[in-house]
Amino acid sequence: MAKILLHGTEAICEGAIRNGCRAFFGYPITPQNEVPEYMSVKMPQVGGVFVQAESEVAAINMVYGAAGAGIRAMTSSSSPGVSLKQEGISYIACARIPCVIVNIMRAGPGLGGILPAQGDYFQATKGGGHGDYRLIVLSPSSAQEACDFTYRAFDLADRYRVPVMLLADGMIGQLMEPVELPPMRDLRDIPEKDWATSGHYGKDRRVLNSLLIDPEVLEPHVNALKRTYDEIAANECVAESMLTEDAEIVLTAYGTVARICKSAVQALRKQGVKAGWVRPVTLFPFPAETYAKVAAQKSVKVFLDVELSLGQMVEDVRLSVNGRKPVRFYGRTGGNITDEREIVQEALQALASVKEEQ
Amino acid sequence: MKTFTKTKMLTDAPMHYCPGCTHGIVHRLVAESIEELGLQEKCIGIAPVGCAVFAYDYFNCDMQEAAHGRAPAVATGIKRCLPDRLVFVYQGDGDLASIGMAETVHAAARGENITIIFINNSIYGMTGGQMAPTTLIGQKATTCQKGRDPSVNGYPIRVCELLATLDAPYYIERVATHDVKHVLAAKRAIKKALQFQAEGRGYSFVEVLVSCPTNWHMAPVDALRFMGEECTKTFPLGVYRDKSEGKI
Amino acid sequence: MIRILLAGQGGQGVLSAGKFLAESGMREGKEVSYLPAYGPEMRGGTANCSVVIAEEPIASPLCVEPDVLIALNSPSFHKFAPRVKSGGIIIVNGSLSDCYAGREDVQVIDLPANDLALEAGDVRAANMAALGVLCAMTGVVRDKSIVNCLQEKFCAKPRVLECNQKAFEAGIGFVNKK
Repeated sequence: MAKILLHGTEAICEGAIRNGCRAFFGYPITPQNEVPEYMSVKMPQVGGVFVQAESEVAAINMVYGAAGAGIRAMTSSSSPGVSLKQEGISYIACARIPCVIVNIMRAGPGLGGILPAQGDYFQATKGGGHGDYRLIVLSPSSAQEACDFTYRAFDLADRYRVPVMLLADGMIGQLMEPVELPPMRDLRDIPEKDWATSGHYGKDRRVLNSLLIDPEVLEPHVNALKRTYDEIAANECVAESMLTEDAEIVLTAYGTVARICKSAVQALRKQGVKAGWVRPVTLFPFPAETYAKVAAQKSVKVFLDVELSLGQMVEDVRLSVNGRKPVRFYGRTGGNITDEREIVQEALQALASVKEEQ
Repeated sequence: MKTFTKTKMLTDAPMHYCPGCTHGIVHRLVAESIEELGLQEKCIGIAPVGCAVFAYDYFNCDMQEAAHGRAPAVATGIKRCLPDRLVFVYQGDGDLASIGMAETVHAAARGENITIIFINNSIYGMTGGQMAPTTLIGQKATTCQKGRDPSVNGYPIRVCELLATLDAPYYIERVATHDVKHVLAAKRAIKKALQFQAEGRGYSFVEVLVSCPTNWHMAPVDALRFMGEECTKTFPLGVYRDKSEGKI
Repeated sequence: MIRILLAGQGGQGVLSAGKFLAESGMREGKEVSYLPAYGPEMRGGTANCSVVIAEEPIASPLCVEPDVLIALNSPSFHKFAPRVKSGGIIIVNGSLSDCYAGREDVQVIDLPANDLALEAGDVRAANMAALGVLCAMTGVVRDKSIVNCLQEKFCAKPRVLECNQKAFEAGIGFVNKK
């Protein structure tokens, strides 16, 4: 199929629709308004449902209802809106309702700004709402990945009966790139959901619930969730790496920042600096082993984690590197984007500082 | 010979409601109506947070338990995707008229083709008797122990009247459960509401006044009398909207 | 790989010119990315977008040091001229701006873009005159690719198509005359 030039937001919508998403519920917030706008046009064309909800809270609960009835459903928002959805996400996680939530991150905290940021990493990967639960978190860095990962998110959600979050920054929302769209999935290919509350009676009736008031019932339930998360961690970790074989310094970042770091690595190599690159694709599960392996390499002297935040993913990087090598951090916030020149400078400083220490 | 049989739309699970509470009666009215309409095979109910939180154990059909106040949004999600199913929502006053007021008003304004059964006992029952958005002026609650004072606590919200200002709702009625006559009237209203949904007419809403002897600190019979004599003054019974009869 | 920064005032067609460029590159089988600066800048103030066209996969979509700057007004010329890569090209709309970049290591093209656009029939086609210069000087995409995109985009508006195509060709002619 020929490629077409698409905005990241449009690519997300196409990925969803092509993998059977037939219900979208959303609320306006910049910088993701192109998602509900696109869905309001496209959903009726494929026989799907679009509702502009009265609030972020209502939108996520409409997802609860629709996905609970067995339909592939999605909502999207940006940081402050995703905070509002957290209650609903917690209920969805406990009731084990598969669905997809898109967060096009903007700068925070509070109302913050509308420019790109990565300040919601903790919220996305550590649960976000109340209680013990996780989401699968996928981090696209291009329009093509925005499409492909959203497509995949629906399969992952169904397979494990967990909510999946597509965690993208504002740059993904605005970026236009060629995208090869996957073919439209035949809805009949989507496996039957034997738990869905789509209208059953008597002994066949089904209940979706997150109230398990008896501790002897709730503990086994959350333990089962834990087993699912462990299974996800065992099966679904994805990371990319480049030029790590002989690297002295390893740059690491996620999302669009990973691409800027890639350019920085290329620039460093041109200067004769042995730089490598690791990018987590899944943020939960976090690809800890990839980092552990690279950290174990003799050549590696230091890691530099780069984020559009005050330093969130760096905590997972440090846990994964587990003290084998120093991990430095460089971040920009407020909606400012870092660039390859800044990163090259930070990398040279990081390398110089560890060489001094030796 | 005519014998009494329990509707099959209720499970055999023993109900947890306090003695003298009329929630159980309303459950039965809803369940009987669904069965009489022959819609039990294609029915999905939404349980609230509050006294009726365990409703998913009692109605013998598919049930979703919603977050506090969010039941109309959940119902919207289901009904829009499965328009041929019967989707009913069962909510109390704290759930519907306080934390969930936005969802309540907007589902009504959109004219969602769902049926909402609104239980008004003018108190937060499950959490132990705090003031509700429907607590009467002067009525005592654990968070207004000298009685509701409008200068501090404001006034009770009349939800039927409020929703009747919207264009979309098809049917809005307030009924009560303090005696047999009114229980039978409540049944007619509930069945009518569900019937309208089944016919695709749009949003239907039945407010049912219910007693709470426990938190009103009254004997069950006194509580029924209070409902009939006092609650109905603030919350007048009647049809607030019925487009089938041209009442707009 | 070529990194092109297009800048100007909102309404000058900076973003649509960037999209034509990216679309044309894509249709030639190249790797492309298009990144607009968005937010408050979208309204009334300056608008800019970064277009990268390459044979190999594109890492960073940013144009921190563009190879080419297209500046359709004076503020954007002065704002971005210092960022252009040494040896790079600046195409500046001489109808609305002076052309003094304050540096000798870049080639500054003084293009009377508004005048050419007016001659073509509509001042709003100044962006296309600049694209004409870009194509003629760098060959980043073929003229035909841009014209094809214009024809598709404006197939229902023959007059708009004519203006844009004329302005684009005037830009090419401006370079060839030199």
